[in-house]
Amino acid sequence: MSAATAAPGLDFEHPILELEGRRRALEQIAERTPAQEEDLRQLKRELAETTRRIYSTLTPWQTVQVARHKDRPYTSDYLSLVFEDFSELHGDRRFGDDRAMLAGFAKLDEHKVMVVGHQKGRTYKERQACYFGCAHPEGYRKAILKMKLAEKYGLPVICLIDTPGAYPGIGAEERGQSQAIAENMYEMSRLKTPIICIVIGEGGSGGALGIGVGDRVAVLQYSYYSVISPEGCAGILWKSAQHAERAATALKFTSADLLRLGVVDHIIEEPLGGAHRDPHQTASRVKQYLLRSLRELLNQSRETLPQTRYEKFRRMGVFLEDAAAAMAVGGGAGAGEGNGMNGDGRG
Amino acid sequence: MFTRPFRPSKISLSFERLLFAKQPMTTRAPLMSKRPKRGVPEGLWQRCPGCGESIYWKEAEKLLNVCPKCEYHFYVSAQERIRHVLDEGTFEEWDTQLRTADPLEFVDASKSYKERMAIEQKKCGLTDAALTGGGMIRARRVAFGVTDSQFIMGSMGSVVGERLVRLIERATDESLALIIISGSGGGARMHEGILSLMQMAKVSAALARYDRAGGLFISVLTNPTMGGVAASFASLGDLVYAEPKALVGFAGPRTIKATIRLELPKGFQTSEFLLEHGFVDRIVSRSRLKSEIARAIDYCGK
Repeated sequence: MSAATAAPGLDFEHPILELEGRRRALEQIAERTPAQEEDLRQLKRELAETTRRIYSTLTPWQTVQVARHKDRPYTSDYLSLVFEDFSELHGDRRFGDDRAMLAGFAKLDEHKVMVVGHQKGRTYKERQACYFGCAHPEGYRKAILKMKLAEKYGLPVICLIDTPGAYPGIGAEERGQSQAIAENMYEMSRLKTPIICIVIGEGGSGGALGIGVGDRVAVLQYSYYSVISPEGCAGILWKSAQHAERAATALKFTSADLLRLGVVDHIIEEPLGGAHRDPHQTASRVKQYLLRSLRELLNQSRETLPQTRYEKFRRMGVFLEDAAAAMAVGGGAGAGEGNGMNGDGRG
Repeated sequence: MFTRPFRPSKISLSFERLLFAKQPMTTRAPLMSKRPKRGVPEGLWQRCPGCGESIYWKEAEKLLNVCPKCEYHFYVSAQERIRHVLDEGTFEEWDTQLRTADPLEFVDASKSYKERMAIEQKKCGLTDAALTGGGMIRARRVAFGVTDSQFIMGSMGSVVGERLVRLIERATDESLALIIISGSGGGARMHEGILSLMQMAKVSAALARYDRAGGLFISVLTNPTMGGVAASFASLGDLVYAEPKALVGFAGPRTIKATIRLELPKGFQTSEFLLEHGFVDRIVSRSRLKSEIARAIDYCGK
């Protein structure tokens, strides 16, 4: 729940920020001497090199900091940078209008689409209004309602995922947070229209998956997508949220891990130094990915989409099947007592 | 609590006999395993956490581990659930060969996931948190699944997800009614990371197909059913039944308290709370569960 606490300037970015400050100072000089021009060229080279060095070795915990960066483009930014003519649709027709979930018609070049996405808010006031991107049940119900509308009129659905998790609160429980998320996955799995999901920042657990069942699932390079927040995991398995860094490593939730584990189809590369350094460039890559995926999906019959989507999620999971391996690893079915999975468990 | 004098059900009468019977098809450790069960008191007299009264444990045991004074429902294992709900000797376990592959090579503060699995397997006499298979309820054939809340908090990893999906697919193919009794304080299993999260989508998608094929799914919530289990199959029943006073919800009470910094209302996230807010069809005490399920199957013509 500490999405808002990302301090201006991440620790590990300090060398970059310092160089950026010097570059700005030089750039502000109206008429630079040839020596200053040379300094600026040198500085830019150094900056690119430093940024590349730092960003090529980000730890999982640092990746989380980037994914939560206050300047990282949010759903509302993509709505203006990637799409045109966004026309917001409010409300779940049952309880209310959740500001943590945006939905509406939009144009992606010539394609008419329905966009659904978490919204975190930029200013403190906005952040409070949308609970830092943590949706309530009415947010999930709004999302599925608009997706069904899209299905009815043949519009593809685009989901932008960016949430620390579904909101943990009294009202959320009273109004069936579990049921809302479960029903979204259930309904999304059989929607007869193309669905493309992109994790643009934080993919926080069930709150993310509640709009995450798509024909294509992509992830921005420095996003993460996890079963639990690193702080939450550390609190349970390391007995203190202080160990979030270790939990972040253990959970294997960076984009490269997600691709390797077969959970996402594609990694959208971010500009040098992360999406927050260049939202325009990021948006243009997101747009390219969306257009390419949409073209592929529009070639497929709507009737067969649920079947291929089912097969896609059906394959997820890693386990051992071989009976002999199972005997060796987990104890025979007849013994009922594991003999201490000492063998190499990798299947 | 009981409006008529208690008569031990057939199930509890046959309990002793079952103990010495040759185990049909299943595979488990001895029925009364010697492992100490967390949540289950040992010894003759026990204090009930529900009412604080001292209760004679043998008496509670006869009531399927329910307090005779306040109807507090104690923990029961997956194996015991099968005896409570299915006709004697009819359970046939499916997909026993599935085992975790530890895809993240996960190690936490005190032990590796592999070590933890070995300990839990020994403690519970199960290979993973879910037990699935076919069986009969009052002579009607059903697909039956149960999660044991003591096996890594009843959490769902790849094996639990896969067993449930195979169960659901088989129920779809064979037009069987589907009963899943969930007990899970852990939700999606952290030790398998994002793969556990994806099991929620996988199982929910399988249920959507089962639904389209006209299947009847009865979900039974027991203490506790939380997180990713509550936010997937457990909430997707055509009928949702809950045992009395079970803790059921999405976020854990401690997380909520830490977030909103307010005291939680009394009875928050209990079965009764869910009933009041419209998310549970019936609260069914353990002794009546089998007959309630049989009745629902009767009504729905399966």
